[in-house]
Amino acid sequence: MAKGKVTFNTDICKGCELCIDVCPVNIIVMDESMINVKGFHPATVIEMEKCIGCGNCAITCPDSVIKVERF
Amino acid sequence: MTIVYDKSKGLTDAELHFCPGCTHGTVHKLVAEVLIELDVLDRSVGVVPVGCSALSYDYFNCDMQQASHGRAPAVATGIKRVNPELVVWTYQGDGDLASIGAAEIVHVAHRGEKITTIFINNAIYGMTGGQMAPTTLIGQKTTTSQDGRTVEHSGRPLKVAEMLATIDGAKFVERVSVDSPANIRKTKKAIKKAFELQLSGEGFGIVEILSTCPTNWALTPRDSIKWLRDNMMPYYPLGNLRSPEEAK
Ligand SMILES: Cc1ncc(C[n+]2csc(CCOP(=O)(O)OP(=O)(O)O)c2C)c(N)n1
Ligand code: SF4
Ligand code: SF4
Ligand code: SF4
Ligand SMILES: [Mg+2]
Repeated sequence: MAKGKVTFNTDICKGCELCIDVCPVNIIVMDESMINVKGFHPATVIEMEKCIGCGNCAITCPDSVIKVERF
Repeated sequence: MTIVYDKSKGLTDAELHFCPGCTHGTVHKLVAEVLIELDVLDRSVGVVPVGCSALSYDYFNCDMQQASHGRAPAVATGIKRVNPELVVWTYQGDGDLASIGAAEIVHVAHRGEKITTIFINNAIYGMTGGQMAPTTLIGQKTTTSQDGRTVEHSGRPLKVAEMLATIDGAKFVERVSVDSPANIRKTKKAIKKAFELQLSGEGFGIVEILSTCPTNWALTPRDSIKWLRDNMMPYYPLGNLRSPEEAK
């Protein structure tokens, strides 16, 4: 299985949670330990090693917060 | 390491003003990606009338022109006829295109203008605070249909794609949705085909996109996606209604 890496431009995340539902391996959560400059709990990934680099989260994010790489 | 997804160069660095989870942003990305992939960004002109997308001139990395409510197809007609080398497109909401701009969209199709229209159907007037649009569903509560839209009072929701597909000059008509990654990919394909049709000079193309307005639907972004699937999709079936092969 391909390995992926996702990077979030945390400052511009609007906390909409749409990326959570489209991740096939369920590794996206809202980071409740922080609040970004817009006042939202931003999205983040737990267990990055499970990411398959499918791009679903990035395609879905309306605000282009997410960058996905595959290796 | 290969890049699977990064923000499109067809968009500026500006942060979008849309509400959290609003799929206007999703469609903006697709249009920008297609213009880059077709290598026409530097000769494309987008025309936006009023609606939540009225600030799009800050977001697209190409020339943009503001038009008054409903009149984007007329303005786009002028731009395209003066300089046919330009790749001209309109980006219009349902309150804009299906209501005050109904005449303009019908006649741009009727004349077979070589432009592309991106039509955002979110079943409501978003920008002005959630009034009933011609596309609002039966039973849907809005600020001007507080007990839900009724057939007796307002008729049945207008099916724009079906209506325009009856017009000979409309060479590409497709209805798509941005509710899932698979459908977002299909939406991008439809937008690309509509632009390719303009480049080959065949005629008018329109992509109707089922979209969400979490704020005025009074739902979370995630519940809005579900509402779109459960309520909009049954009434507004997805699919191609007209393509160049069929339109000949
Ligand atoms: C001539 C005129 N009448 C009314 C308005 C007010 N107005 C601004 S946006 C809008 C419609 C927005 O709805 P829609 O086109 O569906 O776009 P959305 O915000 O839902 O994307 C209206 C009626 C206006 N700007 N100009
Ligand atoms: S790229 Fe795919 S697997 Fe990785 S976080 Fe995004 S949705 Fe999940
Ligand atoms: S889809 Fe984008 S804006 Fe929404 S929570 Fe995920 S990263 Fe943030
Ligand atoms: S009001 Fe509706 S259409 Fe406008 S930006 Fe907000 S969610 Fe999107
Ligand atoms: Mg609307």
